[in-house]
Amino acid sequence: MPVTHHILSVLVENKPAVLTRVTSLFSRRGFNIFSLAVSPTDDEDFSRMTIVVDAESAPLEQVTRQLDKLINVVEITELSAGAAVERELMLATVRADASNRGQVTELAGIFEAKILDVGADALTLMAAGSPDKLDSIEELLRPFGITGLQRTGRIALPRIPRGTVRLAAVPESA
Amino acid sequence: MTGAQALIKSLEMEGTEVMFGLPGGAILPVYDPLLESTIRHILVRHEQGAGHMAEGYAHATGRPGVAMVTSGPAATNIVTPLCDAMLDSIPLVVVTGQVPLSAIGTDAFQECDTTGITMPVTKHNWLIQSAADIPMVIREAFHVATTGRPGPVLVDVPKDISNQTMDWYWPEAVDLPGFRPPQAPDPRLAREAARLILAAERPVIYAGGGILKARAAEALRRLAELTGIHVVTTLMARGAFPDDHPLALGMPGMHGNYTAVTAMQQSDLLIALGSRFDDRVTGKVPAFAPHAKIIHVDIDPAELGKVRRADVGIAADCRSAIEAITAAVEAELAETATVPFDRSDWKATLAGWQAAHPLAYDQEEDGPLKPQFCIEQLRDNTPDDTIVVSGVGQHQMWTSQYWKFNHPYTFVNSGGLGTMGFAVPAAIGAKVGKPDRMVWAIDGDGCFQMTAQELVTASAERVPIKVAILNNAYLGMVRQWQELFYKERYSEVYLSPDLPDYVKWAEAMGCVGLRCENPEDVAATIEKANSIDDRPVVVDFRVDYREKVYPMVAAGTSNDDIILGPAEGEGGH
Repeated sequence: MPVTHHILSVLVENKPAVLTRVTSLFSRRGFNIFSLAVSPTDDEDFSRMTIVVDAESAPLEQVTRQLDKLINVVEITELSAGAAVERELMLATVRADASNRGQVTELAGIFEAKILDVGADALTLMAAGSPDKLDSIEELLRPFGITGLQRTGRIALPRIPRGTVRLAAVPESA
Repeated sequence: MTGAQALIKSLEMEGTEVMFGLPGGAILPVYDPLLESTIRHILVRHEQGAGHMAEGYAHATGRPGVAMVTSGPAATNIVTPLCDAMLDSIPLVVVTGQVPLSAIGTDAFQECDTTGITMPVTKHNWLIQSAADIPMVIREAFHVATTGRPGPVLVDVPKDISNQTMDWYWPEAVDLPGFRPPQAPDPRLAREAARLILAAERPVIYAGGGILKARAAEALRRLAELTGIHVVTTLMARGAFPDDHPLALGMPGMHGNYTAVTAMQQSDLLIALGSRFDDRVTGKVPAFAPHAKIIHVDIDPAELGKVRRADVGIAADCRSAIEAITAAVEAELAETATVPFDRSDWKATLAGWQAAHPLAYDQEEDGPLKPQFCIEQLRDNTPDDTIVVSGVGQHQMWTSQYWKFNHPYTFVNSGGLGTMGFAVPAAIGAKVGKPDRMVWAIDGDGCFQMTAQELVTASAERVPIKVAILNNAYLGMVRQWQELFYKERYSEVYLSPDLPDYVKWAEAMGCVGLRCENPEDVAATIEKANSIDDRPVVVDFRVDYREKVYPMVAAGTSNDDIILGPAEGEGGH
C-alpha cells in the first residue's frame, strides 16, 4: 500500500443513510476515498466502516475531525500498518484453456487461492490476504488475461494490545 | 394522539413560541392541531422567507428559529436558508412534510428526496419512520441544533406518519453516542495561551461570530481590558465588542478598515476567538499575518488547523475558554510577578494608522446622495440598541463599516453564504423575536427585489420593520468588480432606479413608502420613518451609483496590498 494512504476504522450507528452521510462528507470536502468496506458489527446497533483515505487530498486530522462531526459517527481509529491486521478478498476470472490451466492452478496453489468456477477456456479464483499479496497475484495472473476482477477493499481491526494474551499471531503464508 | 399532534406538542415542549411557515399537501395534518397550539405561526409568502425569518429570529434572540413547510418545492425553497444557517452557525429547526412512507421512491406528487438534498447543508437530518419516534426526534433535533457549534437541522415527516396514532411520552434525555461537542477548555492550554499573551509585543484579538454564539461578549471585554489588547470584530462578530471602546479596531478583511487589516498583518500574536480564518478575512493565506503566532479557540475542533496551524489550539466553548485564559493571565501575573510587555510603541502605531487612514467618503452638499451618508444618518437618528439587518453586497459592507455597533446581537447579516435577499425576511424574524426594539433593514435594490414580497407578510402580521433601500440602480458590488477588474466592461449589472417604483410597490404591500434623493432630506425622512410604528416602512434612498466600497483587498491577494479609497489618505504598503 502506498504510504500516502491512511486506514480509518470508523464505528457508526446503524441508521438509514449513514453511508451516504460519510461519502457525501468526503465528496463535499474534497477528500478522496481509496477503498471502503462496510459491514455490521457484533452489536446490531452499530456498523464498522474501513475507509482507506488518500492522504494527499487533505490532512488526516481534517478528515477525522470533519468525520467526527457527523452525528452518527461514534468512534474513529486510525490503523497504522504495524498496529492493525488487515485483509482483503479478491475474485478474478482468468483466461485458461487446457494448454495453460495447469499453470494458473499452480499459481493458485502457491497463493492458497481457491478455484470457484471452471469453464472450457476460463476459470474464476478467489484469494484472500493482505492488499500487497493480492496485488502480487493480480500481477502474476495478468499475462494469462484477466477478464473479470472484483476486490472488496480492505477490512481491518487493531492488533490486540500488548499485555493482553494473544492466543495466536498467525503469520500469513505466501 | 396523532403524530401531527405529537409534533406540535413536542415543539411546544421545546419552548417554541413562534414558527414561520407555509402549509401544503404533505404537511396538512400538522397544520390542523396548530389551531389549538400556543405557538404563533407567521404565514410567509415564499418558503425561503420562512427560513430567513427563522434565522433572523435566532440571530436576535439566541433561541433556535423554527420553520415548517410542505414537501417537494417547499423543501427545495428552504435549502438556501439552511445552507446560510450552516455557514453562519445559526440554530434552526426546519420541519418539512413528506409524501407517505409507502409512496417514497415512486416519484409521487411533490415528492423530493429532502433528507438527501439537505444532508450537506444541515448538521443532521431525520426522516421519521414511525409516529412513536416524533418526540424523541424533535428532542434530538433541538439538542443538535443548539449544542456545540450551533447549526440547522431538518426533520422530514411523511404524511401517513402525521396521521398515525401514538402514545404520548416526553423523553428525559437524548441518546446520541456520536455527538459529544467539547465543553470545558484544557487548563494547561489556557496557561500556554496566557504566557503567549504576556510575551507578545503586537497582539491582536481576532473576534469572530463564535463570541456571540457563546454569549461571550462580556468575557471578551474583560480579557481585552485586563490585557490592554486591541480587538478586531469580523463581519459575524460586529457588536461583540463595542465600537466606541478605546480598544476597538473595527472590521478586518476584504473591506476592513486599514488599521484592523494592517494590525493583523503586522501582529506577532493573533488571538482568534470563535473565528475561522475565512478567506474574506485572511486574503491570500500564505501571506496572512506572517509573523503572528496563533491562539485559536473554537468549539468545533475541525476549525483548528483547517486554514492556519495554531500554536495553541483550544477546542472549547468560547466563553469558558476566554474565562479560563483570563484567569490564567491573572494567575500568571500574580504568581510570577510578570510585567506584561510594554506595548506603548504598538499602541502609538495603531493610533497613528487610525489617524492617517480613517474610513472616509465625501458627501458634497449639492452632490449626489452618498450611501455611506445615509447609513451614518440612520445610525445617528435611531436608538443605540437598534437592530440592523443587511443583505449582501456594497450596502452590507458600508453598514458594517459605518454603523457603530455598541451592543451584541444588533447586527444581523448573511456572512458565509452571502445570500442576497436575506435582509427583508431576516429583519421580520428579528422584529418578531424582539418586538420592543427598532429594526432597520439596510438593503440594496438588487437584494430587495429577491424577497420583497415578505413585506406582505410583515404588513399582514403587523411586524413594523423599516427598510432602507440604498438604491444605486445597479448590482453594485458586481459593478465595482467589473469596474476594477474587468476594465469597466459592465455586463448585466444595470437594474434601473425606478423600475420597479419602490414607493408604489411598498404601498401595494401595505407599507408606507418614502423616497429621498437629496442629502438635506435624509434626516427628516428617517425621522418620518421612525415615527411610523403601525406598519412597515420602505425608504427608497436614491444614491450615487459610482460610489465604491473601500478599503479593498482584491480577491486572492495579500492583505499587505490593501487599496485605499480616494478620501482615505495616501499609501498602503
